[in-house]
Amino acid sequence: MTSLPQPAPGATKLGLVIDLDTCVGCHACAVSCKEWNHGGASGPLPDYDSRGANPDGLWFNRIHSYETEGGACGSRTVNFPRSCLHCEEPQCVTVCPTGASYKRAEDGIVLVNPDICIGCKLCSWACPYGAREFDEDESIMKKCTLCVDRIYNETLPEAEREPACVASCPSRARHFGDLGDPNSAVSLLVLARGGVELMPELGYKPTNRYLPPRKAVVPTGPVEKPLRAGTGFSASLLSLVDRVLSR
Amino acid sequence: MTPSASVLLLTTLTGFGYGLLAWLGVFGAARGLPQQPWFGPLAIGFALAFASAGLLASTLHLGRPERAWRAFSQWRSSWLSREGVAAVLTYLPALAFAAFWWFDGPGAGTTLVAGLAAGAMGMITVACTAMIYASLKPVRHWNNAHTLPDYLLFALYSGALLLMLALALGGGDLKGAALLAAVLGLLGLVAKLAYWRHVDHAAPLATLGSAIGIRGATARPLDKPHFTQNYILREMGFQVARKHATRLRKIVIVCAFLAPTLLALAAAFGLWPAAMAFVAVILAACGLLAERWLFFAQAVHVAALYYGHEV
Ligand code: SF4
Ligand code: SF4
Repeated sequence: MTSLPQPAPGATKLGLVIDLDTCVGCHACAVSCKEWNHGGASGPLPDYDSRGANPDGLWFNRIHSYETEGGACGSRTVNFPRSCLHCEEPQCVTVCPTGASYKRAEDGIVLVNPDICIGCKLCSWACPYGAREFDEDESIMKKCTLCVDRIYNETLPEAEREPACVASCPSRARHFGDLGDPNSAVSLLVLARGGVELMPELGYKPTNRYLPPRKAVVPTGPVEKPLRAGTGFSASLLSLVDRVLSR
Repeated sequence: MTPSASVLLLTTLTGFGYGLLAWLGVFGAARGLPQQPWFGPLAIGFALAFASAGLLASTLHLGRPERAWRAFSQWRSSWLSREGVAAVLTYLPALAFAAFWWFDGPGAGTTLVAGLAAGAMGMITVACTAMIYASLKPVRHWNNAHTLPDYLLFALYSGALLLMLALALGGGDLKGAALLAAVLGLLGLVAKLAYWRHVDHAAPLATLGSAIGIRGATARPLDKPHFTQNYILREMGFQVARKHATRLRKIVIVCAFLAPTLLALAAAFGLWPAAMAFVAVILAACGLLAERWLFFAQAVHVAALYYGHEV
C-alpha cells in the first residue's frame, strides 16, 4: 500500500543521527553497508565494470566532502554521508504505482518489496536526497533498509543489532535509535547539539538528523618564538635568516 | 533529467492519439465529421493506434514489463497508477464510440454520448500523465502551474492537427479543424514561451548548504563519493549545454508551433489541404518531440545539488 500510515503521536520512528563534526570521511560506513546488504535481504548490490575504466555500482550510502564558508561552523571541510532519511512524508512511497514502496507503520522504515517492483524508477525521481538506486541486473529499485535484517535479528548478539554503518564507524559519528521518543538517547543528542533536518523546505519531514559541525578552534599566532642566540655577527645573521624563514 | 526515448514517445504519441479522440467526440457531436459508416471506426482506430503505441513504448521501458499489471493497484496515491487505469478505461468508451457509429449510425444519441465520454477519458489520461511530472516536488521545472495546462493544450493541439489530416484523407470539410489547429498552435506557442520564462527565472529549490544541513553557509564540493558515474548522476544529473538548448528552443518554436500553424491556415483556405495537413502533422510531431526532449533534459533534480550542480 503506497498510501502513508497515519502518523500517531509517540509512534516509533527509527532513524540515524549523523555527526558532521566528528565524521572523518573514511567511507567505513559505506563499505560495511555494501558488505552487509550485498549478502543481506536486499542483496546482491551489483557492481558494473568494477575493474574497467568506468566502474559503477549500487550503494545505499555515499560519502561526500564539502568545503564550507561562513555559517556557524566557519570555514572547514565537512564530510557528509548521504543515505535514505526514512522520511515521514516521503513522496518516493506515494508515487509508487505498484505498492512495492511502503513505509512501515510500526517503526517508520521505508522499504521496497523486490517481488512486486516493476522498475519504473519513479520513486527515485521523487526522492530529493538521491537515496534510491536502481539494480540494473535485477531491474528493480533498491534502497537503505536501515538494516532491518540486523536490528531485529535475534541470531545476532544484542549489541550488534544496529545498522552496519553505525557499528562500523570508527569515530562514533553515527547513532541509531528511536527519534519518535523524546527521551531516547538519540533525541537527547539531537536536542543538545541542535540537530537538523536536510532540506526541510521540501516538506518530506526526514527522520534522520544531522548534527552540524562545531566551529573549529584554530590556534593563532606563531607557535614558536624566533631564536635569539647571543650577539655578534653570526648571531645577527642567524637571527636574520630565522626571521626571513619564519615569515 | 535524462530524456529517455520511451517517455518522449509516451507523452507525445498519447497526446496526438487522445487529442484526436477528444476532437472526434466533439466534432462528432457537432455533426462536423463525414457521415460515412467507415469514417468513425477508422478515425477512432487511428487515434487509438497513436495512444497505444505510446503506452506500449512506456511499458517496454519498465525494468519488469511482465509485472506491469501491478501498476493498476495504487490509484489512491499514485498518478502513474491513475494514468494506467485511465488509459485502460479509455478503450471502453472509445470502442463503444466506434461500434455505435457503425451499428447505430454517426448521428445516434448513443454514438454522441460514447464519443464525448471517450474524448473526456482520453483527456483525463493526458492529465494523469501531466500530473506524474507536475506532482514531483524535487523537480521545479515540472512541479509548477504550467505543466498540467501545457500537456492538455499540446494534446488538443496535436489532436486538432491529426483531425485535419483525417478529414483531408476522409474527404470531409477540414476548414473548422484547420482553423482550430491554428488557434491552438498559437496558444501552444504562447504557453511554451511563458513556461520557459518561468523556469528560467524561478528561484532554486534549495541550496547546497540546506541540502547538507549547514544553514547560512556556502558550500562547495571537495571530494565526490566516486570518481565515475552512478545511477543518480546518470538518471538525475543530465546536463544540456545552453548553446544546444537555445538552438533547440528555436527549433521547437518553428517546428512544433509556427510552421504547422501556417500550414493549417493554408489548408483552411484550400491550398493543397491534404499535403499541407500531412506536412503539418510530421513537423509538429518532430517539433513536439524536441519540445518534450527539452522538458526532460532541462529539468534539474534537486539531488544533483550534492554533486555541485546548479538547481
Ligand atoms: S530519503 Fe528519499 S528514499 Fe528515503 S524516505 Fe525520504 S524520500 Fe524516500
Ligand atoms: S521503481 Fe519499483 S518501487 Fe519504485 S516506484 Fe516503480 S514500482 Fe515502485
